[in-house]
Amino acid sequence: MKNLLVIEGLGVRFRLRDATVHAVSDLDLTVRPGELLAVVGESGCGKSVLAHALLGLLPANALVTGRALLHPARPAAPGPSTQRRTLPRWSSVLPRPAGDRAESRRGSSGWSSRLSRRLRDSAEHQPEGTGAGGGGVGSGGAVDLLACGEKVLARSVRGRRIGLIPQSPATALTVVRTGRRLLAETLTAHGRDPGLAAQVAIEAGLDPADLERYPFELSGGMAQRLATALALATDPPLLIADEPTSGLDRPLVDHTLDLLRRRCDAGAAVLLITHDLAAAERVADTVAVMYASRIVEHRPAADLFRSPAHPYTQALLNALPDRDFTPLPGHPPMLTALPPGCAFAARCPRVSETCATRPSGPVACHHPLVEVPA
Amino acid sequence: MSLVAESVSAGYRGRRVLNGVSLTVAAGETVGLRGPSGSGKSTLVRVLALLHTPDAGHVSLDGVRIEGVRHRVPVSVRTRIAVLFQSPRAASDPRLTLADLIAEPLRAVRRPREGIAARVAELADRVGLTADLLTRRPHAVSDGQLQRACLARALAHRPAYLLCDEATTMLDASTQALVASVITAEQRETGLGVLVVSHDPALLSRWADRVVTVAPPRRSDISAPQPT
Repeated sequence: MKNLLVIEGLGVRFRLRDATVHAVSDLDLTVRPGELLAVVGESGCGKSVLAHALLGLLPANALVTGRALLHPARPAAPGPSTQRRTLPRWSSVLPRPAGDRAESRRGSSGWSSRLSRRLRDSAEHQPEGTGAGGGGVGSGGAVDLLACGEKVLARSVRGRRIGLIPQSPATALTVVRTGRRLLAETLTAHGRDPGLAAQVAIEAGLDPADLERYPFELSGGMAQRLATALALATDPPLLIADEPTSGLDRPLVDHTLDLLRRRCDAGAAVLLITHDLAAAERVADTVAVMYASRIVEHRPAADLFRSPAHPYTQALLNALPDRDFTPLPGHPPMLTALPPGCAFAARCPRVSETCATRPSGPVACHHPLVEVPA
Repeated sequence: MSLVAESVSAGYRGRRVLNGVSLTVAAGETVGLRGPSGSGKSTLVRVLALLHTPDAGHVSLDGVRIEGVRHRVPVSVRTRIAVLFQSPRAASDPRLTLADLIAEPLRAVRRPREGIAARVAELADRVGLTADLLTRRPHAVSDGQLQRACLARALAHRPAYLLCDEATTMLDASTQALVASVITAEQRETGLGVLVVSHDPALLSRWADRVVTVAPPRRSDISAPQPT
């Protein structure tokens, strides 16, 4: 099947006063419709920056290079979800959602507005294609997410073509609106019946009665499920789930993961960013292991968990409480001073002289534990 | 030598969360605490740390009944019970560097100031924070790095009891194992009593000496913990 998202040579650097942080380096990934790709790695390896780069949510000191082509979703998948995806034309004459006006008063720059933009954009309603006349639009309606600019991202990508389940919903929800109001706003803006709010909430595992509460009255787990409901309400062909299960207890974790799995089975693609290896093992089709800003191993989930090829993957799996429960020795390299060769060499038991040169391939290692054909 | 909650009932604005719950954490042992969402695990931690006043029942530390008076807790008690929270970001002052964060409890008590820098360096080394991270502020480090700083802060006064409220839920496998190993090493050294609140059965069975389950509050009959 054709790729939905093709990321080529993605690099993200942050300029600090006295150093440059290499958060993502030379990253290549593809996601197909119906695929659940899990990006896993230690905290601080650049996983979340990847998600934010795709949605143009990085702070102003970020320097982004490379390409990320988002192809149009194929309208072939049968079922009610496809009907919803093709919006009626009249949706463009709907009034702007109230949330939009409230946010714009706060100004257009700064941290708080960037966070709130996540939500506001999920309520954007301009039909696809309008305003997509910039240099970022490639052939066949594909959009280069890194080059198309804020206008295109805001009007036709965020919320519409890419849904985001944010990492910390507490900071991403508009506190002065109840859950029902937030959901209804999003549904209306996308030409759907706002009365579906309760149904969408139930699907995300949230009790409809809790929709009457304001975000600050919700527990962390409930806020997480509300944010999930908001991302799912627009039924986007690509979902980016940034730690969607943090703060949830085990049954709710499983519920959320199964929900993402069902979205995939219905034809959507999911980019699951998580530190939870058990979660990745449960639902992912493919897993990309990230270490010190690079992907070191990208393979089908079953193979990777059965026989990890990269020493780092093996060490990470061995840190699990139901395996060895031992932390990796040493520290990951500082992202301000990445070594020219393999970044894991300093902690690796299989290190040799060749590791001073950078390895490449689906398993970025000169001495993999198992041979993996390219 | 133990930290004990005796028949504690507690709640928020009339909503009862804990109903006559008793729990003992003895020195040197690791107790796991599990229970469904909303069963009052965090409330129990807050009661034990004297951050929440129970409606009934009380907390005793090494046989002495302790309580806060209008949120004020004697230094001798405060320095003996430490808490590690789930979200390090919510638990740290964004204006402080990690070094100042770790030094905060040491500076907060009326004790000699010399030696604080050395103690901070020692604690940072113990949790695996490199020197370059110590000059950064919370927004410039990852959750895992910040939680390690919070662990160093919690251990600053060599507490007798450490309460971990879902402290590793947000961490990757390696950082989780590191946090657990640092706490276990401290325990071997000082006889620290540890309470580990977690949803993860694999983690609890690996880490805790015994596991206690809190029943959900909606079942009106009991919410007392039952040993498993």
